[in-house]
Amino acid sequence: MVESAVENVDVRPVNKKENRALFERREKIQPKKARGDFRRLKWIIMAVTLTIYYVTPWIRWDRGEGAPDQAVLVDFARERFYFFLIELWPQEVYYITGLLIIAAVSLFLVTALFGRAWCGYSCPQTVWTDLFIFVERLIEGDRNARLKLDKAPMSMSKLTKRVTKHAIWLLIGVLTGGAWVFYFADAPTLLVDLFTLEAAVIAYASVATLTATTYVFGGLMREQVCTYMCPWPRIQGAMVGDESLTVTYHGARGEPRGPHKKGQSWENRGHCIDCNQCVAVCPMGIDIRDGLQMECITCALCIDACNDVMDKIDLPRGLISYDTYAGQFDGNPEKKLKVRLIRPRTIAYGAILAFVGAIMLFTLLNRSILDVNVIRDRNPLFVTLSDGSIRNGYTVKILNKLHEVRKYHVEVTGSAGLQSWFQKEGPKDHTMIVTVPGDSVSSVKLFVSIPAANLKSKSTDLDVTVVDRETGETDTQNTSFKGPEK
Amino acid sequence: MSDNIEKDEFSGTQTTGHEWDGIKELDTPMPRWWLWTMYATIIWSIGYWVVMPAWPLVTDYTKGMFGYSSRGVLEQELAAAVDAHSVDRAALVTMELSNVKSDPQTYQFALSGGKSAFAVNCSQCHGSGAQGAAGFPNLNDDDWLWGGSVDQIYETIKYGIRSDHEDTRVGDMPAFLDDELLEKDQINDVADYVLSLSQSGQSAEAVARGKEVYMENCASCHGENAKGLREFGAPNLTDAIWFYGGDKATIVRTISKGRANVMPAWEGRLDDVTIRQMTLFVHSLGGGE
Ligand code: SF4
Ligand code: SF4
Repeated sequence: MVESAVENVDVRPVNKKENRALFERREKIQPKKARGDFRRLKWIIMAVTLTIYYVTPWIRWDRGEGAPDQAVLVDFARERFYFFLIELWPQEVYYITGLLIIAAVSLFLVTALFGRAWCGYSCPQTVWTDLFIFVERLIEGDRNARLKLDKAPMSMSKLTKRVTKHAIWLLIGVLTGGAWVFYFADAPTLLVDLFTLEAAVIAYASVATLTATTYVFGGLMREQVCTYMCPWPRIQGAMVGDESLTVTYHGARGEPRGPHKKGQSWENRGHCIDCNQCVAVCPMGIDIRDGLQMECITCALCIDACNDVMDKIDLPRGLISYDTYAGQFDGNPEKKLKVRLIRPRTIAYGAILAFVGAIMLFTLLNRSILDVNVIRDRNPLFVTLSDGSIRNGYTVKILNKLHEVRKYHVEVTGSAGLQSWFQKEGPKDHTMIVTVPGDSVSSVKLFVSIPAANLKSKSTDLDVTVVDRETGETDTQNTSFKGPEK
Repeated sequence: MSDNIEKDEFSGTQTTGHEWDGIKELDTPMPRWWLWTMYATIIWSIGYWVVMPAWPLVTDYTKGMFGYSSRGVLEQELAAAVDAHSVDRAALVTMELSNVKSDPQTYQFALSGGKSAFAVNCSQCHGSGAQGAAGFPNLNDDDWLWGGSVDQIYETIKYGIRSDHEDTRVGDMPAFLDDELLEKDQINDVADYVLSLSQSGQSAEAVARGKEVYMENCASCHGENAKGLREFGAPNLTDAIWFYGGDKATIVRTISKGRANVMPAWEGRLDDVTIRQMTLFVHSLGGGE
């Protein structure tokens, strides 16, 4: 080993396959810094996702007078959800269902194609843990320095490092919680309110909770969240097929492994020099050479580490690489990676995605800006008037989704002799013009009476037609008129 | 059993000495976190006894340091709730009842308050939807014994009908048979006459005889045209709505035995604001005049 260009790391994987215990106290993992393409990719994705997360609430969007000018806003108080062009009312939450289906199926698709790419690159847990490890390395140094620091007795400098590290972690936590609440209120106003102690208690509570979870999950628990708390690894495990790409150690090429001295022949031995670099960089603390494991988040840092080693000892890269389960038994290192992206499974997922996406798009484009609900009084079901005619009461709710006042003409049809009148602020009103302020709901009481002789059965169909006086937009709701047994 | 103390050879833990079918129970100590949690709850409970009302005494109970009581909190909250509406309440009592409709804010306050006051106080007789029952008027329809304007409804609720209030309204439907004012045959005839006012199918002779009886005995209250008189709360006998029931047997019974239901007076039981709220709510049900 003296002659080797590669340092041999003394590291023990947390779940060595030879002696895997049912339960063990957690061993602290001190991942070593990796360098390479995947590490760079991870930095880029981290920068992009964090930027999206922190910046989105600050994007402005002009919706005109009286409406919030925040592009993305979940306004619980006024029961509206704003997403750029789209503006959703509470009764339209099915769009959220659609979004969730799309998110889930996308995850299935990505997993079928690239294995647990979500876990390795874009899961918030991964992103923030990575950020926390980065901070840790900045302050306490890389793996060896950290191990030494762990063992060292408490001293002024150790204390300073520790306090600084935790302080920065907490700061990141506060910023995370802070960014989250901006999605639920006007961001600039809330920012000022937060500092002047005028924000709602719930805002501070949210910031505090998210600070705590970010700090605990990202800083203290790290890989344990993925291994023990998160259901995705197990679900995604079922999504990965023989032809999905995963991080793979090519045993056929690597084994038998063993230390290697410079100049020694590679005859009759594998290419793995047992330097343990791949284990040392693994944030999950596992040894990928034991095969694909549940804990592996396919972050590919071990690929970077081993490629680095292969470069130093002049062997081709790719002893550990992205490959399919089927591919790992093929020992030919020269073989070009061939991946079939289009397979029945991916076609099926793609089709579901396209289908749900098309439905969402269609309904969004054809979304009405006028919605009418007619609610019939149930108690009493009907009233007999002194002239013997039967009367039913209804509540008509008109939703005006535009941000301007609109006037509607309301008409009831369906039976001979039908008479209707509206109860508004004034006395009985037969004119039936309803004014609805912008972006709101008006409900008016409607009474309909029909002479008993004209009723054919105990239930008669009625149509309530609401017409926008300016645009002519029409919405007709069917309802029923109840009378005595015939 | 103390002489039985022995250590389990695998775990090194002492056993309790209990044995079932060769299986021995380990005397594993309680986990420390568990013990600490228990001690903490003991300390907590002692603090709780001091601070909060806790122990029952013979006629009283320990009040705790701050004299907290959930009943007191409820009273405060109720007072605060009433207070929160002070503007609406003031508006409601000062305004002419018939004008409230033109003030949406006050009107809305009256309707929601009236709705819940109605549910608590009135629904037992008039039904939860104010649909009434035999002997209890339906408040949704357009037939009113004592008048359906807001002011008339207000008076009815405030003073009641045949109630113990000194301003109560009284209308008497005499018991024509029991008090020997009419014979059975006459009652039968007058019932036929009354029925004939809103539906056909009675014998013409009976109706003619009944009309005579009616004019002599009933017209003074129900009116010559039988359309009722509100001063006496006498119902209109020509319309489609029957207070106690419109079949002949019921009408005969009504004439024979009389009717005298009571509507309680709400003045003195409920404050004026609530009575006004109930008035406007009842008026809004669709039959208000
Ligand atoms: S797989 Fe690569 S990094 Fe891991 S021990 Fe072998 S040579 Fe070293
Ligand atoms: S084994 Fe490799 S890919 Fe898997 S988590 Fe560890 S470093 Fe990442």
